[in-house]
Amino acid sequence: MVPPRPALSFDHLGFVIAVLIGIALFAAPFATYRATRIASGEARLVIEALPFSMAAALALVALGVALGAVLARDPLGRLGSAVIGLAVLLPSLGLSAGYLTPADNNFARVSPSLGFWLLSLSFSLLAVDALARMRLGPFGRLAALAVGASALALLLLSGIWDDLSILKEYDTRADSFWREARQHLLLAFGSLAAACLFGIPLGVASHRLRTLRTAVMQSLSIVQTVPSIALFGLLMAPLGAVAASVPLAAALGIRGIGAAPAFFALFLYALLPIVANTVAGLNQVPAAVVDAARGMGMSARQRLLGVEMPLALPVILAGIRIVLVQNLGLATVAALIGGGGFGAFVFQGIGQTAIDLVLLGALPTVALSFGASVVLDALVDLSKGTTPA
Amino acid sequence: MTATSLVRLIAFLLLAAFITMPQGFAFLFEPLIAPGAPAIYNQGSLLVLTLQHLRTVCLATIASTVLAVALGIFVTRPSGAEFLPLSRSLVNIGQTFPPIAVLAIAVPLVGFGEKPTFIALFLYGLLPIFENTLTGLTQVSPLALEAARGMGMNARQRLVQVELPLALPVILAGIRLSVIISLGTATIGSTVAAKGLGEVIIAGLQSNNIAFVLQGGLVVALLAVLIHDGLGLVERVAARKLGRFLNEVP
Repeated sequence: MVPPRPALSFDHLGFVIAVLIGIALFAAPFATYRATRIASGEARLVIEALPFSMAAALALVALGVALGAVLARDPLGRLGSAVIGLAVLLPSLGLSAGYLTPADNNFARVSPSLGFWLLSLSFSLLAVDALARMRLGPFGRLAALAVGASALALLLLSGIWDDLSILKEYDTRADSFWREARQHLLLAFGSLAAACLFGIPLGVASHRLRTLRTAVMQSLSIVQTVPSIALFGLLMAPLGAVAASVPLAAALGIRGIGAAPAFFALFLYALLPIVANTVAGLNQVPAAVVDAARGMGMSARQRLLGVEMPLALPVILAGIRIVLVQNLGLATVAALIGGGGFGAFVFQGIGQTAIDLVLLGALPTVALSFGASVVLDALVDLSKGTTPA
Repeated sequence: MTATSLVRLIAFLLLAAFITMPQGFAFLFEPLIAPGAPAIYNQGSLLVLTLQHLRTVCLATIASTVLAVALGIFVTRPSGAEFLPLSRSLVNIGQTFPPIAVLAIAVPLVGFGEKPTFIALFLYGLLPIFENTLTGLTQVSPLALEAARGMGMNARQRLVQVELPLALPVILAGIRLSVIISLGTATIGSTVAAKGLGEVIIAGLQSNNIAFVLQGGLVVALLAVLIHDGLGLVERVAARKLGRFLNEVP
């Protein structure tokens, strides 16, 4: 459909990105300076937010990326220029924070502003577009994710961002940050594991028995329509009653308030995608293949484990991907009922109108969901590759 | 009348009766509460909250439908083709953002109240509609397009008279998904002071009153089931019309 493109020509997407870069550089504040963490902010343009030489270097690199985005067609070249742009932009944010904060002032806060976000958005758009055009295989995507994650880890560990407001929030809460992180992962992955243990056998049974399937699917779809905070709240009552009457349950940490109702709610939400995808995966196994396996003298158990499940695996993994991304997001709400997780920072931040605290909770959640979806997408592709279609 | 439509009718009547005169149902909730606590939400009218909840969802869905369909049409035209790979990846990435994160990030930008909820619902609602518009428009059979071209239709006529009608059922499915997600997400909006049924649930969580949580949750769940069914009906009507259309024009 698309005619072959010359190496150098006008690119519409590149034009949009170049306009964004222009706005970000000249018309939008790069960073926000606040005298205290909840004071209102003062905007600083690129030229005010960085020493002159750094500001000029950043502007030159950004203009270079803009020019490349408009003129260069080769995805590799575009990816390269986007990466160079990000490599200059991200450290310069940290430098700007150090530059704007007066010496020995622990109350002042510097946070990224619209200009920074627009610049990182335009560089990332360019990179994402180039990666999409390169049509990387599963290993390529995993490698790209690993490179991105290591670059981020390097930035955080090098201390170059330490003057930024969000890392100052982190500094005062380093202990609770990792405790909530562990809790978040425990909620999301624990309920996923429980849902797989319970949901995959239920899916296999529903695949065999039509009556069971209808009943299971309908009740699980109704569970999905109950809003998350209501389901969390509703489970507090029965679990509280269990804890009060069964000492063993209380000793195991089951309480009306806290992680138990959140865990159980996430488990219930996770069941529908797991069961539905198990059924769908088994349904699409060709009847001829199952017949052939029967003809080879395989028992029902051998057919299920050796033939049907491996063929259904990509679809089941796709269900697990949906659940994991959904759980990582929903686990944020658990904080409302005392279940912990990154949501604790989000809701504290909303309560104190402290944007940095909100971001301290929201950004790791987004990063985790994004990473999880890339990894599981790659796994889905790999599992398709290894099973004969 | 079939059994399912009877169930639907009963569910609708129950919901309508409950939100207009909740005190009549107090006896159902009394066993759940501590003595002396109110059995029915008493800090506002359930009917008003339901309408406010629906208004937020409705406005956000209309806004996301307009933008998502327009963008979907744009990237499937030759002039927008350069944006197609990027927009596909953006849809995939966007869906990994939890709605709560979108809401939480919007609060510092626009303040408390309806606005952050509206923004979160609008942005999150874009994705399923855009994705389905893309799917619907790209799966239109090239034969149908070729025939339309042969009949002398210009690009605009092909879009309005062939592509959009053929893609309509898929687009409607996207709108339905978006509405259902928004109904649930809007309850979280009450943590940032948006008016809606989430208020009832949060009030219950704060005063440890399970009856409130149950009332808010049940009303939202019933709304979601009924709207899901209702929009499903619209989709089937659209698909049936399309079927007739395809039969008339073989």
